[in-house]
Amino acid sequence: MADSDQVILTMKGISRAFPGVQALQDVDFNLRRGEIHALMGENGAGKSTLIKVLTGVEAPDTGVITLEDKEVQVRSPQHAQELGISTVYQEINLCPNLTVAENILIGREPRRTGRIDWKRMNAQAVDILERVDIGIDVTQTLGSYSVAIQQMVAIVRALDVASTKILILDEPTSSLDTYETDQLFSVMRKLKGQGTAIIFITHFIDQVYEISDRITILRNGKLVGDYDTNSLTHLELVSNMLGRTLVELDSVSKSRSKLVADGHTSDPVMQARQLGSTGAIDPFDLDLYEGEVVGFAGLLGSGRTEIANLLFGVDKPDHGTLAYNGKAVKKFSPLSSIERGVALSPEDRKAAGIVDELSVRENIVLAMQANRGWLRYLSSAKQTEIADKYIKMLNIVTPSPEQPVKNLSGGNQQKVILARWLATNPQVLILDEPTRGIDVGAKTEIQKLVVSLAEEGKTCIFISSELEEVLRTSDRIVVLRDQEKITELTGDEMNETLIMQTIAGS
Amino acid sequence: MSRSFKIDRKYVPMLATICLFVAGYVIGAIQYPGMARPQTFFNLFIDNAFLLIASTGLTLVILSGGIDLSVGAVIALTSVAAAYLMEHTGLSSLIVIPLMLLMGAAFGALMGGIIHVFKVQPFIVTLAGMFFARGMAFFISLDAITITDPFYRTLSLARIHLIGKSFVSVHVIIAFVVLAVFMYLAHLTHFGRTVYAMGGNEQSARLMGLAVGRTKVLVYTLGGFCSALAGLVFSNNLLSGHGLYANGLEMEAIAAVIIGGTLLTGGVGYVFGTMFGVLVNGLIQVLIIFNGELSSWWTRIVIGLLTLVFILVQSTFASMRRRQASIKPARKRPAAASDGLAAPDTPPS
Amino acid sequence: MAQSKSFWKRFVDSQIFWPLVALGLIMLFNAFFTPNFFKLEIKDGHLFGSLIDIINRGAPLMILAIGMTMVIATEGVDLSVGAVVAISAAVATVLINPALGQQLIASDKLVENVTATPLPVVILAALLVSALCGLWNGLLVSRGNIQPMVATLVLMVAGRGIAQLITGGQIITVYFTPYFFIGNGYLAGVPFTLFLVAVVGIFTWLLTRKTAVGMFVESVGINVKSSFYSGVNEKNIKLLVYVISGVCAGIAGLIVSSNVKSADANNAGLGFELDAILAVVIGGTLMTGGRFSLAASVIGALVIQSMTTTMYAIGVPAMAAQAVKAVVVMVVILLYSEQFRNVANRVFTRKEVRS
Repeated sequence: MADSDQVILTMKGISRAFPGVQALQDVDFNLRRGEIHALMGENGAGKSTLIKVLTGVEAPDTGVITLEDKEVQVRSPQHAQELGISTVYQEINLCPNLTVAENILIGREPRRTGRIDWKRMNAQAVDILERVDIGIDVTQTLGSYSVAIQQMVAIVRALDVASTKILILDEPTSSLDTYETDQLFSVMRKLKGQGTAIIFITHFIDQVYEISDRITILRNGKLVGDYDTNSLTHLELVSNMLGRTLVELDSVSKSRSKLVADGHTSDPVMQARQLGSTGAIDPFDLDLYEGEVVGFAGLLGSGRTEIANLLFGVDKPDHGTLAYNGKAVKKFSPLSSIERGVALSPEDRKAAGIVDELSVRENIVLAMQANRGWLRYLSSAKQTEIADKYIKMLNIVTPSPEQPVKNLSGGNQQKVILARWLATNPQVLILDEPTRGIDVGAKTEIQKLVVSLAEEGKTCIFISSELEEVLRTSDRIVVLRDQEKITELTGDEMNETLIMQTIAGS
Repeated sequence: MSRSFKIDRKYVPMLATICLFVAGYVIGAIQYPGMARPQTFFNLFIDNAFLLIASTGLTLVILSGGIDLSVGAVIALTSVAAAYLMEHTGLSSLIVIPLMLLMGAAFGALMGGIIHVFKVQPFIVTLAGMFFARGMAFFISLDAITITDPFYRTLSLARIHLIGKSFVSVHVIIAFVVLAVFMYLAHLTHFGRTVYAMGGNEQSARLMGLAVGRTKVLVYTLGGFCSALAGLVFSNNLLSGHGLYANGLEMEAIAAVIIGGTLLTGGVGYVFGTMFGVLVNGLIQVLIIFNGELSSWWTRIVIGLLTLVFILVQSTFASMRRRQASIKPARKRPAAASDGLAAPDTPPS
Repeated sequence: MAQSKSFWKRFVDSQIFWPLVALGLIMLFNAFFTPNFFKLEIKDGHLFGSLIDIINRGAPLMILAIGMTMVIATEGVDLSVGAVVAISAAVATVLINPALGQQLIASDKLVENVTATPLPVVILAALLVSALCGLWNGLLVSRGNIQPMVATLVLMVAGRGIAQLITGGQIITVYFTPYFFIGNGYLAGVPFTLFLVAVVGIFTWLLTRKTAVGMFVESVGINVKSSFYSGVNEKNIKLLVYVISGVCAGIAGLIVSSNVKSADANNAGLGFELDAILAVVIGGTLMTGGRFSLAASVIGALVIQSMTTTMYAIGVPAMAAQAVKAVVVMVVILLYSEQFRNVANRVFTRKEVRS
């Protein structure tokens, strides 16, 4: 505690329970002036609850928050701002139709005789942006700038609204590419130099190492510990976050390794040649064979989802060809893909996966029915039969097939979507982040399912941000970086270090 | 993409309307000498003063991301209520006029309040408001009431001479005052910028600490006020009030706002443009009258088509913007981005 | 016992329950305040009475509400139905009376009981034009990606102009008994319009509940993106509902013009779009799309019509009745609103805790 004078914030013994869940249990957290402090944990670890407690969205059941040696109770987000705690969320909460200057200064516009003094407002905005070395035309609408710039404007606004001492960045880099992330990081370093304490929440491990000074890790609502970034290895970080040994599935993978060793005797099911879409993914070649799991490793925005969308026909390519069972694909649409026997469980379960007010039954038969067309309607008895079959098979926990799917937990919703696609009896199953935000048990079940589907002769593409998950399920790994397919790794090449190095581009 | 081009682009819809109006008028004037007379031009303003007032109020509502379908009905209600009070209760127009304005504002505030508090879609609430206002107009009187109030008559006949013999009515002056006030409100006050912010993204506006609820109620209040004022001008013009007046006018007003370059989903547009939306509307009517062969219903068809064109252009613009935003430019052109930005500590790989 | 209880609970929870309660309340009001409201008479083998009148007059609205329900279920809205009613009426009457009304208004004797076009052709043409109007709306919404309210606004503005173009700006009167049958005829003692409602209702019910269309419509209304990813052709579903809404408006146009034996491009179907939307809202289908019930919307239409008829019966002038309707409708909408329910829930739960 040599540098206790440096501590700006301490949260001690914070607990918060929700019906059925102990979201936070006796968690300690401390933050120093001028540091970038990464808050890490899987989904459901309690990161967001901790932030909500800190920003006054939720009141803690127990625990003490001390800000600059004074005990405080944060009553509301407004109050948090008054205390100097500002948050910038992943979705930019600014108005794209207003100018950059307005977005920074609205609410505190400089006025002259009652009316807004635009000249001074623009000049002030330029000044404020220059403090973080951003020189852009502030009279343009915010929407005309890239997400990264918008994010930085949001940060600048947060800093300027109140004299912010603590800045919370909630997954700011999720939708940024490498270059934009670098821009953001340089702003963060600048702020750090000015003494601002930054809490940085992210899923990207390499970014944590690049920018943060310290790391606090949460798991299942409990504190695992806080560490100096320099003294914590990647593996330690990952194992602390996951908190379990990586054996469960190893046996499954091993039994399958001979299949891969046989090599691909048959023709590929799907064959992409220089397939690409400008601005989304550079032209790539890809062969998919029967009975294999192909993992996609790469960061968000690396092009992994974009490839999935191309293969499934959500997006249309403007380059190259795609063949299915040797026949060239001409029509790119989800429906024609389903007809061919391709399925995609999309990345964003809520926005593109479930139809939340429809029942479990309807959600399961939806794609199958779409494939049959509107006239060949499945009778409700038949629908229930199909739904029951998959509820049993995938172990979906629901009171009845008639339950609206929105009432199910994340893991069960994900299984419903898998059921939807299995019901169409696909040859190629593309799973984009199928385990995101679901509990560990369901995760393992889904991983096992993927492997067993491949054993049945289906082709699976497994996309995940969690590298070790990709490693465990896949027979072959495609590594992507920066909207580009970099390489394919098989056999012994499939190890974390090599993949990380490839992703990092070193 | 040069900077000046970008700035131009946000004015494009409004400039297009202005050009459309000027070109239309010039062609009309060449074709029909009657249109070249200054008074024909001024009549355009005289005849459409009430529409301009109503559309100006509506512009702010639409900019905030809302809609007000009660415009025409409130005009009718105001005309009847004013006529009834002046003719059957003997109240002076000097009392009736402020009373009517107050009523319009209160009506708007009520609708805004319901929209805000109960989170009902504005389109439904103002629809009910439209039914209510028109129904109330008929509760007051089933027949048209002629207004004989001396001041009201004087006001109606007053002419303000401009160049030579040509003149405008008091209504035009009122309309321009309203237009100027609303332009000031929209562009130079915190309230106005909040309206734009709400129209751009209401959720964000709220999170930015802007008084969204208060602004919303105020926007509908001003809308109701403008409708009532338009109703007074309308009845002053005809010197009578009737529940059937201004039937379907809300649609004309909405069309004028859209043609004036305002995005119907809110957040983008200019109050000034609405004036040209109204003028284009008037111009089409004038052209059809001067033509003599085309029937009056062509006005509606042409207005409908023009509205469509503007909606299509704007939706194309919007999708172009979206596409541009979705394409990550950074890796493809780091040089372009770095001229405005400090070089990052680590250059992009 | 348990069986019947669960049936009762299902009924209370179903979308049709509250509209029925509303209808019941209006009927109850009439039982006390309107003399002879429930009296049914048989004259010339036809049923007469206020109830029959409500059904007969409410027929166009019920049909419009059916079409509107499907549109609203896809998170859309069709503001053009009133204008399409006028267009359909214009097409039909112009085909029956091709002289564009000029001398016919002066003297009905000139064309007594004749038609210029065979009736089936008249009906088909009117419905075809209405379907085209729906197709236009549907194309703007599904292919042009324009907000439904905005897209249909265009036809709402231009539609009456088109109707006037068709009628040449005249009110076209017709004198052709077979055509009158559509809006005024009786079949087996009950108004023919009731059969039309039944046919439209059964057709759309079969379409939405015995084919996959209903599921697709709800799925698109709840989550377009998920539906697209699941292979549902969301564009064609949207197109379809607007075409259906157009055809429904076309049928309503035939009934209306047949009923008044003329077509007035300015006033035929005036305000229908609003009534139809309100019927759907009273029927409990959310403006945000999703789950819908055709039957509940039909009852919603009956609620509106019986409200109107009741007000006429107690002497409220037709035009003024709108104001009362507006208030009632606003109250209904507020009762449905989440904010109100939250408040109500809080009050109820607090009471429970105390007791």
